[in-house]
Amino acid sequence: MTDQGIGARVLRKEDKRFITGKGKYTDDIVQPNQAYAAFVRSPHAHANVKSIDASAAEAMDGVEAVLNGHQLTGDAIGNIICGWGITSKDGSPMNMGAWSALATEKVRYVGDAVAVVIADSKAQAQAAAEAVMVEYEVLPATSNVRDSMKEGAPQIHENAPGNQIFDWEIGNKDETDAALASAHHTTTMDITNNRLSPNPMEPRSAVATFDESEDHYTLYTTSQNPHVARLVLSAFYNVAPEHKLRVIAPDVGGGFGAKIYIYPEEIVCLWASMKTNRSVKWTSTRSEAFLTDAHGRDHVSTATMGFDADNNIVGFKINTKANLGAYMSLFSSSVPTYLYATLLSGQYNIANVYCDVQTYYTNTVPVDAYRGAGRPEASYLVERMMETAARELGVDPGELRRQNFVREFPHQTPVIMAYDSGDFAGNLDQAKAAADVAGFAARKEEAAKRGKLRGMGYSNYIEACGIAPSAAVGSLGAGVGLWESAEVRVNPVGTIEILTGSHSHGQGHETTFAQLVSERFDLPTENIQIVHGDTDKVQFGMGTYGSRSGAVGMSAISKALDKVEAKVKKIAAHVLEAAEDDIVIEGGEVKVKGTDKAMGWHEVGLSAYTAHNLPEGMEPGLKEGAFYDPTNFTFPAGCYICEVEVDPQTGVTEIVQFTASDDFGTIINPMIVEGQVHGGIAQGIGQAMLEHAVYDDDGQLLSGSYMDYCMPRADDVPNYTVSHHSTTCPGNPLGMKGCGEAGAIGSPPAVINAITDAIGNNNLSMPATPSRVWAALQQVSAAQAAE
Amino acid sequence: MYDTTYYRASSVSDATSKLAGTEDGKFLGGGQTLIPTMKQRLAAPSDLVDVSGIDALKNISVEGDTVTIGAACTHAQVAGSSEVAEAIPALASLANGIGDPAVRARGTIGGSIANNDPAADYPAGCLGLGATIVTDAREIPADEFFVGMFETALDEGEMVTAVKFPKATKAGYAKFPNPASRYAMVGVLAAQTANGVRVAVTGAGNDGVFRHAALEEALGANWSADATQGVSTDEGDMLADIHGSAEYRAHLVGVMAGRAVDNS
Amino acid sequence: MTKVSMTVNGKARSVEVPDNTLLVDYIRENLRLTGTHVGCDTSQCGACVVHVDGQAVKSCTMLAAAAEGAEVTTIEGVAASKDDLHPMQVAFKENHGLQCGFCTPGMIMAATDMVSRYKAAGKTLDEPAIREELEGNICRCTGYHNIVKAIADGASKMA
Repeated sequence: MTDQGIGARVLRKEDKRFITGKGKYTDDIVQPNQAYAAFVRSPHAHANVKSIDASAAEAMDGVEAVLNGHQLTGDAIGNIICGWGITSKDGSPMNMGAWSALATEKVRYVGDAVAVVIADSKAQAQAAAEAVMVEYEVLPATSNVRDSMKEGAPQIHENAPGNQIFDWEIGNKDETDAALASAHHTTTMDITNNRLSPNPMEPRSAVATFDESEDHYTLYTTSQNPHVARLVLSAFYNVAPEHKLRVIAPDVGGGFGAKIYIYPEEIVCLWASMKTNRSVKWTSTRSEAFLTDAHGRDHVSTATMGFDADNNIVGFKINTKANLGAYMSLFSSSVPTYLYATLLSGQYNIANVYCDVQTYYTNTVPVDAYRGAGRPEASYLVERMMETAARELGVDPGELRRQNFVREFPHQTPVIMAYDSGDFAGNLDQAKAAADVAGFAARKEEAAKRGKLRGMGYSNYIEACGIAPSAAVGSLGAGVGLWESAEVRVNPVGTIEILTGSHSHGQGHETTFAQLVSERFDLPTENIQIVHGDTDKVQFGMGTYGSRSGAVGMSAISKALDKVEAKVKKIAAHVLEAAEDDIVIEGGEVKVKGTDKAMGWHEVGLSAYTAHNLPEGMEPGLKEGAFYDPTNFTFPAGCYICEVEVDPQTGVTEIVQFTASDDFGTIINPMIVEGQVHGGIAQGIGQAMLEHAVYDDDGQLLSGSYMDYCMPRADDVPNYTVSHHSTTCPGNPLGMKGCGEAGAIGSPPAVINAITDAIGNNNLSMPATPSRVWAALQQVSAAQAAE
Repeated sequence: MYDTTYYRASSVSDATSKLAGTEDGKFLGGGQTLIPTMKQRLAAPSDLVDVSGIDALKNISVEGDTVTIGAACTHAQVAGSSEVAEAIPALASLANGIGDPAVRARGTIGGSIANNDPAADYPAGCLGLGATIVTDAREIPADEFFVGMFETALDEGEMVTAVKFPKATKAGYAKFPNPASRYAMVGVLAAQTANGVRVAVTGAGNDGVFRHAALEEALGANWSADATQGVSTDEGDMLADIHGSAEYRAHLVGVMAGRAVDNS
Repeated sequence: MTKVSMTVNGKARSVEVPDNTLLVDYIRENLRLTGTHVGCDTSQCGACVVHVDGQAVKSCTMLAAAAEGAEVTTIEGVAASKDDLHPMQVAFKENHGLQCGFCTPGMIMAATDMVSRYKAAGKTLDEPAIREELEGNICRCTGYHNIVKAIADGASKMA
């Protein structure tokens, strides 16, 4: 047996090129006759575009063309769309405002592009972009929901009165109201989920090439889902017909959601390539990335949770207002609705849950999915409520949770989801033991002697991954199906290529997907090649986001492997003159069980392709494909415990211990899964303590570089104690739940619960910067002084 | 970045005469502030006269009670210098906390003080220790050198060649870094010098580095962290931004002053 | 335009470039050594770290002209030979110290630099020191846990 199958800590196959500097990212690609694009962007958050004078720019050295939005729409390039329709309470559709890749009449956020310069060099393009004279009529702007919903607020889109996009609800309102009215105790909180910038380290980039002789386009781009990009570019943006457009997402330096969407720049590069008959490259600077990459989160909520006299939750009611920015990005509408409110039952058995959500336009960059997408907002809300309620009720926060856990599966929540498996108490126990909760009081006392305030906080998160059954998401408004495809090609020499519609941008698919094949056919992973990210090679795929590549992508591979295995057994049974049921595959051989009759794995491949001796009627070759449509969401869950020490003099918080117990179902490669959890937790700590995308009231981005947007660094985060307590997911052939987002979903409430425990003040918002923690401590001192 | 013309100077006189002949030239040290500023298209010098290769500016020497650091000495060089560590440990420690290792390998003391970034560390070091800034034309006491945010007493075309630090009886530096940029949000250098106690604050003030009279008085009377308690800092003189209020910065000045004393 | 000559990964290179060319652009665009990356424009992320005359520097914050005559080592030249890996490269792989790989070249260049500096100074490169030394290198994927492990392991492998 190889030791590279499911559950093995196999070192990554892809690492060699990355550690030697041979990774191939989009900006590394140079095409013949390549020109560079620089965008002319609005410095105003909201303005009418009165005129654009490109004459000076056009006359500059090296300038090939200056193109604007009127030319773009004149060439029938379509508006950018949101792919998930949401219906309001009153039955009306959402108010999607028009979004042209280059603004024509009006700009709606700082960074909104009005023109593009194509020039021989990057420097020439930038210089000419500065020389494009745009006359703006500046309009009043709004940068947050509070201002957008005000009477008389600036109107951002004509078809969205009051800037409202939709007013949506889920759950049982009347029953929830009644339950809360009769509750023995209620906990009410206002909770803000801070706006974030995803910040994959590789900035977005695109290289578009139009081949006039074939009327064919090629786009290299930093995408998590190249096939979706091709579909949308072709079907909605009218850039090129699908069969005349090849989209390649080569090595991609992190995504975290920000690289799901098809942005204006990719559309413009393709179109400009056709206009100028040159390859056109654009690579974002980090400053541009802050202005134009879709942001995440930005919710403001009020929530009330009710308990009976025995501390059982009887009802939970939430109102959320979400900022979707200046335009509706591709999946923006699904984030504060179906990816959020459907998780508001948490790990708990709650008979009555009701949530309504109003979304608004603001003069800020569009907001869409960022690692976790809706689920971090839900878990933060639920888990802060639970911790706060436990404090108010005077009970242990872990025990209040335990008492309310869902214990029987399947469990239907009042908010759509049917949880299929889990052992929440098992995760709680594992985390408590690893975190040495019993020893906390002594540690707190010891810290106090050093002048430090020590606190501990829990988070028992649940999320929904493996997105998702196509019919189900279709009924909820999704414009696409969310299946995945795979193709398994066994070569005549027995080596294997796996073509997958999933896309790896750090997740290690080249290794884990190969492990799946290794497990099935007992072959070394070095004989297995994973092919992804190229629409000319892989027929179709829905890409990688929402922790779906294991539960959905690998399920598709597994299904295709079933077909290959069946054919291999048929061939071997025929050649070895045995019954198919007696054929086993192991040790690089295909054998007849209990005999010494065997053929080498490569001999089966060769037989399939020489086709000299195949069973009657069998087609030659050994290649099978499959589409897998999930049967349900999957439900990763876990318990995180964070322990902090706060320096009361400065408000500086140090995370002294972070303990995770996750339930991801089947784990293919524990090393990679742990890495995903580490990275997710760091992003969650970033949200909880460091990161904040801040606009001023006029819509200027104040956190527009790493000088002001605080990225987690090595000395901001601890070593993490990560463990697993898993239940098998019954919904897919491998029993997998997904692990990519859990860390970012589960960690923020644990951190904030720990800090508020340490400082004795629950009035604290994310990010809990030293400045905010110190201010919260001043409130405590002031209150004590007043007593 | 806008077009520019690069020139590598071989000596101080070569550098100053070269710069004098340019339209809108600038001296280039390690470039750790100027290059990013140029990349953001916020500066467009016609010429860059690189002084970082002038050997005469790369020396550190200790004579009597004076430590002289050449303008082209990098932060890494100062941080790693055993002479500096022995003579004024607070200065070595300050240099070791500037930026990150790669920035310290390029950034120079001359470049840092000539720029007088309100969040830079060296201005606090110079002012707190009572240094003298040596230029190609004259010597300027630190008290007169740092005029305001990004402003110094340097004349057009005048070049910093060295900084002379008098040894302090005791000195300590404590920095509260801005969580994002890691520049000083509040940096305090407190020193017992031949001319009494000096306390300089960088990062926090709305007009650049400044001396803190109340802290100097308190520490002059009692050199201990406790003495900084209750010494207030005028919030009106403090910066305020998304990272912290003026009130918070004013509070941190006191805390960092105490820690500077503890570090001395 | 200035003719800028330097030795990159042991090979003498000479290219005529505009004076405002950054070292990172000289390396990436002119020499087509694309292992050195650009992740920010404020000199903070460290994806562009290379060694100039034996010191780790941010190649996005240095003019190519300022490296005239220098010995430059990039990630492509860090191993002893084409078929070899540097012990720090091995450590990153063995400790799963990378995910998307974008920050990795800068991390490895910063790591080998810190190991040699600490060794030269006779100081111990323990975990807190590694975390502090990484102030100028940002990773968004790994949460740093395995990078810190990798550098500690690489340091022992370099001993």
